Amino acid sequence: MREPTPSPTPTVVMCPGGPMLLRGKHVVEDADGNLHETRRPVSAVCRCGKSALQPWCDGTHKVLPERDRP
Amino acid sequence: MLAPKARGSLSEQVLAALTSGQVSPTLRDVEPDGPEDAQVTLWSLYELHYRGFEDVDDTLEWHPDLLAVRAGLEAELEADLRERCPEVDLGDDFAAGLFSFIEQHDGPSVARFVQRDATHEQVMDLLRWRSIYHLKESDPQAWVVPRLSPGPKAALMELQYDEFGNGDPQLLHAHLFAQGLAASGLRPDYGAYIDEAPVEVLEENNAMSLFALHRRLRAASLGHLAAFEATSSGPSRRMSRGLSRLGFPAEMSAYYDEHVEADAVHEQLAVRTIAGAVVAEDPSLVQDVVLGAFTCLDLEDRFAEAALARWGAVDA
Repeated sequence: MREPTPSPTPTVVMCPGGPMLLRGKHVVEDADGNLHETRRPVSAVCRCGKSALQPWCDGTHKVLPERDRP
Repeated sequence: MLAPKARGSLSEQVLAALTSGQVSPTLRDVEPDGPEDAQVTLWSLYELHYRGFEDVDDTLEWHPDLLAVRAGLEAELEADLRERCPEVDLGDDFAAGLFSFIEQHDGPSVARFVQRDATHEQVMDLLRWRSIYHLKESDPQAWVVPRLSPGPKAALMELQYDEFGNGDPQLLHAHLFAQGLAASGLRPDYGAYIDEAPVEVLEENNAMSLFALHRRLRAASLGHLAAFEATSSGPSRRMSRGLSRLGFPAEMSAYYDEHVEADAVHEQLAVRTIAGAVVAEDPSLVQDVVLGAFTCLDLEDRFAEAALARWGAVDA
């Protein structure tokens, strides 16, 4: 059985209209200079600016009008 | 967990067979009295493959006469789910199309009601009902792993590793829920509240097991996962706020707070790297993804309607 060859896995992924995914261990500095360590296999960094969990995504981009999404 | 109580003729005979070990081939000829009887029977037969029952012999898991009963009930359930599901065109951009399909689905929200209006007693009801799935959270989808090619398999494991605590059982999502239940004065043991579970909860559970246990339905399982994750962050935030409003312990809110953050990641993975990868390899599976996603949304609507009706409430 021939399996499709997986493409190389990116460590940073920009999700259209949504967050930036970070794969692996990173330290993220937020806008106020505070440091946040990732603690999951993949973390989602807010790009719309409206998350209540900065610097992480909390899904808020989905309730924004299309034009305000990243 | 002990075997559940029967809810009709079929469940009575199947559960008697399970607890006595006396399984007869005539079981497959018994008709269920109605949806409740059918769903509790199917739930009990599925449970043999998860953790089993203390009062049922483990060797019955693969008994051919029980599998025959299960197959009959599964065929009925699958036919119902397919009948309810609309034909949907997700367009050329699968991820955008699936996100948009999920976002446009509008239904009553139990989380919104909990945030603003629910009483302590109503939330206790809800936690008992939710415990049926949350105490086995992500277990059904684990069955899909060996059925996938390398790309989607690695992607699903990346999500599942987070669900299962990243190697730390204290962080396992099902365990976080158990801690929340215990802190709230509820029983944290697996399946403790099965006899109180409304038929809509049984059906939600059974649909997940159905999709996950049949290789041909693997894309439906992943579509279900995508819709589940993509409708979790916002409602989890509302649940957390409602729990705080009512003075529930921090352990219970912590479960939902974790899901606000985790599922903002998981929805991207489930839609893009898991379901998206499966469909990229085999575009003929799109409609199965839709079946799974729609089923997730539709069964939650049915649950929400039933729960709100039982409380004499409306989701304003």
